[in-house]
Amino acid sequence: MTEAEITATEKAAPPAHPLLKLDSVDTYYGQIHILQGLNLEVQSGELVCLLGGNASGKSTTLKTILGIVQPRNGTVQFEGEDVTSRSTSYRIGKGIAIVPENRRLFGPMTVLENLEMGAYLHAGGAKEDFDRVYTLFPLLHERRRQLAGTLSGGEQQMVAMGRALMAKPRLLLMDEPSMGLAPILVERSFEIIKQVHESGVAMLIVEQNANVSLSIADRGYVLSTGRLVLEGPAAELREHEDLRKAYLGR
Amino acid sequence: MSETPGIPAPPEEPSEEQASRIGVDSWVAETERHGRGRGPLWQLARLWEYSPDPVKLLAFVALASTVPFWTNEGDLFVFGLFTLLYAALGLGLNVVVGFAGLLDLGYVAFFGIGAYTYAELSSSQYGIHWPAEATIPIAMAAAALVGVVLGFSARRLLGDYLAIVTLFLGQAFVFFTGVANPTVAGKGLTGGANGIPQLDPLTFFGYQLTSTKQLYFFLLIVVTLLATALYFANQSRTGRAWRALREDPLAAEVMSIPVNRLKILAFVFGAAVAGLCGTIYAAIETAAVSTNFSVSVLIIIYAVVILGGFGSIAGVFVGAIVINCTLEFLEPQNDHPEVKRWLFYGTIVLLIALLKPWFRPVLVLAGTIAFGFVVHAIVAATTAASWTSGVPVSGASWLARWAVIPTGSHGNFNNYLYIGLVVAVVCTASLKGWWRMIALVPTLYLTALVWENMLTQNGGITAFILFGAMLIGLMTVRPQGLLGTARVEIV
Repeated sequence: MTEAEITATEKAAPPAHPLLKLDSVDTYYGQIHILQGLNLEVQSGELVCLLGGNASGKSTTLKTILGIVQPRNGTVQFEGEDVTSRSTSYRIGKGIAIVPENRRLFGPMTVLENLEMGAYLHAGGAKEDFDRVYTLFPLLHERRRQLAGTLSGGEQQMVAMGRALMAKPRLLLMDEPSMGLAPILVERSFEIIKQVHESGVAMLIVEQNANVSLSIADRGYVLSTGRLVLEGPAAELREHEDLRKAYLGR
Repeated sequence: MSETPGIPAPPEEPSEEQASRIGVDSWVAETERHGRGRGPLWQLARLWEYSPDPVKLLAFVALASTVPFWTNEGDLFVFGLFTLLYAALGLGLNVVVGFAGLLDLGYVAFFGIGAYTYAELSSSQYGIHWPAEATIPIAMAAAALVGVVLGFSARRLLGDYLAIVTLFLGQAFVFFTGVANPTVAGKGLTGGANGIPQLDPLTFFGYQLTSTKQLYFFLLIVVTLLATALYFANQSRTGRAWRALREDPLAAEVMSIPVNRLKILAFVFGAAVAGLCGTIYAAIETAAVSTNFSVSVLIIIYAVVILGGFGSIAGVFVGAIVINCTLEFLEPQNDHPEVKRWLFYGTIVLLIALLKPWFRPVLVLAGTIAFGFVVHAIVAATTAASWTSGVPVSGASWLARWAVIPTGSHGNFNNYLYIGLVVAVVCTASLKGWWRMIALVPTLYLTALVWENMLTQNGGITAFILFGAMLIGLMTVRPQGLLGTARVEIV
């Protein structure tokens, strides 16, 4: 039954464009062919996870989406608009935000200032943007005058997410949110992700931790050495034999 | 005038075991509490820390404006005027290096561009005698324009590469003005090695600034305005974006902060400030000479910013005062031997007094005094009388019995002393705890010997080396500079 559903969604031309669409993207680093004919879609309001081991091209996919690297072939479309040759800041202005790998907060700046930098395009953020973030993460309000570098790992994760949300994104990219967090914090972190997703933001999560990310995702893609090897609804991927062997370890 | 604002009664004590202040990690607060002392010095330091920045600036201006009333013309020129000039230069460099984190080694070229622009437009070189209200904006614009060009070509460069390109600009400028000297309108444009002499004094709307006092107050106004502008720039969104850019350019980029535009803006800002300083400097010196814009000047400006702490506006002032006064003070021509000696030993004792806990400075000073008498006695007993028969320059008689001062020539004794001191300073700075205390005793004694044997008699280039050793010592003990904040590392 689920299979029938997928084919239905794939066949029926969607009335609106998908929020994000990568169309047979080839990305190179010099001579090295990283992404090989990658096709990927995120519908608006969807939570998609991109799984893969080390050096499978996960981070390169995010860099391609943001325009930090340019694909040699193929297009990146955001809401139907071809943004392949557009600058990073243009794409961010259109509504893409990222929580970078290792969070990359501005350590010697306060939490408040970090949030403000997230809303740089929106003149430092309106009150309701701060309110939205503080409602999601009450702790950040409490700690807003503290230097971001002095926060604990889990708190820093909240700042990084808050900072990305300040830009009012419609698509939030997350690069390995579980990296460097204790198992209990990984769970907490994904609860937060779920919460943010439920507030209406589409998300693309790049992860090595397949188990947790598939448990909250709608759909998933599996990358291996720059190629898509599997895609489908999260529930289906969780049951998939190869994936279970490769990532889930059971 | 005599009353200095900003230093009222000490602030009321916050409740003793106050919970960690908001915005301070409990661990940091705990460490701070450990390093807490008592006494007037500590009170003063705390008062400084707690007063808002505008109050600090006001206190500085109030103090600085009394300087012309208790110094003579010559001292005001070398100590007052040049301290302010270095402060202004440091403020400009602080934007580029401190706020935006761009290693700009061509900064001194912008300083030179300002000076030469003034020289072309307000001198007999081409018979153009424009007033300062016209030349200063032109000079600032010229420097800013070069800043834009350089910023554009260098906007993609990071760290070392940017440093190399800008260093090249600085060197190219010195060669262009000093050697190339292209002929324009039948005359060497920059006057070659001799530079352009006989510049007009600064003239604003017919009012000439000729005396040192006038120039001093003019510079004081300029510096105050600059510091105020930078204070607001630092508080602004652009200022915060600069800091974000300095911390993590890639993260700043994905926050859609216009990284390149901000870099160029910082460059231009710094260049314009340097250009402004250049015009004032040229007017003060009444000449523009290419060697005044060489790397050694760049190093002094960097030293001002590094000593004060990158990114700290107040730090620039402290750095400018310490560095200019030290350099001038070590100059051989400048003679007040008695005052110099008091200042020299006073500074050392003051620095030692900062050691904690209280008995350490007492032990170190007592140890140094005892060490001196012992060394003197040993040298006197074992060597010829000429080794200890020297007298200090206008010093107290006991000094002659404490410090080993030979008469006449004793080979390279002075040079060995000197090298010994540099080594001792570096060693002391790299030692920890009690070992540092023990190493301090011979280091201090060596410092005194170098002072009595060399620096009171001939300063010159040796002053620079001693100065370098001091900087190394300071940076090892306090890498963030005097008023800089320690970097917070994200793990």
